[in-house]
Amino acid sequence: MTRELSGADILVEALVDLGVEIVFGYPGGAVLPIYDALFKQNGQKRIRHILVRHEQAATHAAEGYARSTGKPGVVLVTSGPGATNAVTGIADALMDSIPMVVITGQVPTTLIGTDAFQEADTVGITRHCTKHNYLVKDPARLGDTIHEAFHIATSGRPGPVVIDIPKDVQVATATYRKPAGAIQHKSYRPQVKAETTLIEAAVDMLAAAERPVFYTGGGVINAGPGASQLLRELARITGAPVTSTLMGLGALPASSDQWLGMLGMHGTFEANMAMNKADLIIALGARFDDRVTGRLDAFAPHARKIHIDIDRSSINKTVAVDLPIVADVGRALEDMVRIWKARQHPKPDLGEWWRRIEGWRARKCLDFPENGKEIMPQRAIRALWQATKDKAPIITTEVGQHQMWAAQHFAFDAPNKWLTSGGLGTMGYGLPAAIGAQMGNPNALVIDIAGEASIQMNIQELATATQYRLPVKVFILNNEYMGMVRQWQELTYESRYAESYSDSLPDFVKLAEAYGWKGIRIEGPDQLDAGIAEMLAHEGPVMVDCMVAKLANCFPMIPSGAAHTDMILQANEVSGTMDDEAKALV
Amino acid sequence: MHIAEETKERHTLAVIVDNEPGILARIAGLFTARGYNIESLTVTDISEDDAISRITIVTSAAPRVMEQIIAQLDRLVPVHKVSDLTALGPHVERELALVKVAGIGDHRIEAMRLAEVYRASVVDATIGSFVFEVTGSTEKIDTFVALMREVGLVEVARTGIVAISRGKDAA
Repeated sequence: MTRELSGADILVEALVDLGVEIVFGYPGGAVLPIYDALFKQNGQKRIRHILVRHEQAATHAAEGYARSTGKPGVVLVTSGPGATNAVTGIADALMDSIPMVVITGQVPTTLIGTDAFQEADTVGITRHCTKHNYLVKDPARLGDTIHEAFHIATSGRPGPVVIDIPKDVQVATATYRKPAGAIQHKSYRPQVKAETTLIEAAVDMLAAAERPVFYTGGGVINAGPGASQLLRELARITGAPVTSTLMGLGALPASSDQWLGMLGMHGTFEANMAMNKADLIIALGARFDDRVTGRLDAFAPHARKIHIDIDRSSINKTVAVDLPIVADVGRALEDMVRIWKARQHPKPDLGEWWRRIEGWRARKCLDFPENGKEIMPQRAIRALWQATKDKAPIITTEVGQHQMWAAQHFAFDAPNKWLTSGGLGTMGYGLPAAIGAQMGNPNALVIDIAGEASIQMNIQELATATQYRLPVKVFILNNEYMGMVRQWQELTYESRYAESYSDSLPDFVKLAEAYGWKGIRIEGPDQLDAGIAEMLAHEGPVMVDCMVAKLANCFPMIPSGAAHTDMILQANEVSGTMDDEAKALV
Repeated sequence: MHIAEETKERHTLAVIVDNEPGILARIAGLFTARGYNIESLTVTDISEDDAISRITIVTSAAPRVMEQIIAQLDRLVPVHKVSDLTALGPHVERELALVKVAGIGDHRIEAMRLAEVYRASVVDATIGSFVFEVTGSTEKIDTFVALMREVGLVEVARTGIVAISRGKDAA
């Protein structure tokens, strides 16, 4: 006879059975039974709860944990405002395909629909920003639902799953049994293995191509470290150049001579020109985002396209492809390497193609002007990379210019080291994500490259790092502007800087100290290396306020709605106005 | 500036789903969230154990968008299968309407005559009114309702389209 457990205890048991070690959360009325269950199991320390200071931060911390470890992130928040505060992070995880399970408390089933205190229609609100969600009204269903939720969050194209648990279901009892064997869902069966004929066709197209480019995305990272290894192998045996989206950085080492840099709006000249002139594009776990393609009718006009993605709906969504392949990108890469070798394809002669690429590289599109008086933000990123590259750091970012400069100037040589909000573009992501990454990687150097505007969106999380003695570093590129907004206003609205000035900034050094952090200010180029060294030498958390050139713009840039060949390489190419069609684009 | 529109095609989709709470909101919400249009939507349980529902959706979209609609529907966790009946070939589409007509004298007689022509059956009658039940294609029902307007139409209730493929196989 199996013993009956409360719903709250079933949740804890199921999380333990699923291998969950850390939960990021914030208590409240509708989750008190769960917090009591966590309290009572604490003697055994099976699940560790990390108390954030705002529920949004719990979701980003879970994302940072997930992205840096490959394991699902778990969040626990209360009903009503707890759940609605978590929505931004849930939407962020959906856009960036991050495996995450969010447990939300709900008012008792008897009060649902009565506008009860702290009631919100959580499943309604999160229905379209989750991969799936549940309202569990029967404690006997709770155990199976939790296991199913983790299966859905982590398999196929990963994403966030919400489980809404009314308070009376947390208190009521039922039996719990760990499901035997792998979950066989009745309708959800992601296709992970491609048909061999399709892979063979892809290999044949690759072998015949004269100007191939691999265009890789976050799917390669999600497919696990093995997929990155296979990508390196496939790149090596085919000799083809590789570019990547923002989310895919690190899959191919930036130190590889086949690496073209990131593509898209703030990508490199060589990556975008290669895409434009290619005769074959092999898209691997990437989704032809508007930030990548630029103007669609001018995107890769000469290329046949192979698209390998686990999400069928990502294929032919914005760009029609010649060979669609639905598969886990790791499995597909494995098959491609095997079939390429079995067919004994020689390494193609891409000499002419590489000569053209070298010509584009010679433009040195990432170079930037320096006057020696002020720190250029690009210089600060490069200095940070120089000082930390041997420590295999995990880098998180907020959103804006600093994020793009980090993507351009920090060289990533491994997957799972670059955590950024790509799809949703959530300011305030970086600090909590760094906290989550540090929890998952206690010995790693974790740095949030931030802007002075973004960092203030979740600044309260300084306290979380202090409480758990997490030695995260926050490196603020402080230009006293919401820099990307200001840059767009300069490019599009004749420099009418509406509300983009960061007025009334706090003294970040004193603020850091108030939270028990070390604060460092870097004011000029001569202090840069010493300031970074001081940051790295300190064992605890450090916030660096690095004053950078105020009006620097992030180039290269493809203006919204322009083609890859219409890149702006330097500031003097900027016009200051745009027509309505361009203005209407994001 | 002008916002461009693409040429659309009308398709009838059969969607087999788990009969769970919220499934209809999930599907309807997907259409609004992604800017797809729904012309007709019917849903009802079709299994012995109340576990499975069949949703028939009529939608119009450009071919590229139609492929997306199907892929997006298929991606929903509780969706078992999406069949594009229009693309699969010959299929039968039917709709049922209940049509209330009030009147006396010639109008009443004409309403009865028209109902016979359209094979509508009388499911309720009073001295001054009828309720007709009529089944058929959307066009047939549209025409019948238009005729009834001339003879004292009071109100109409329509089911929306249900559809099934012709031949021995399931879609």
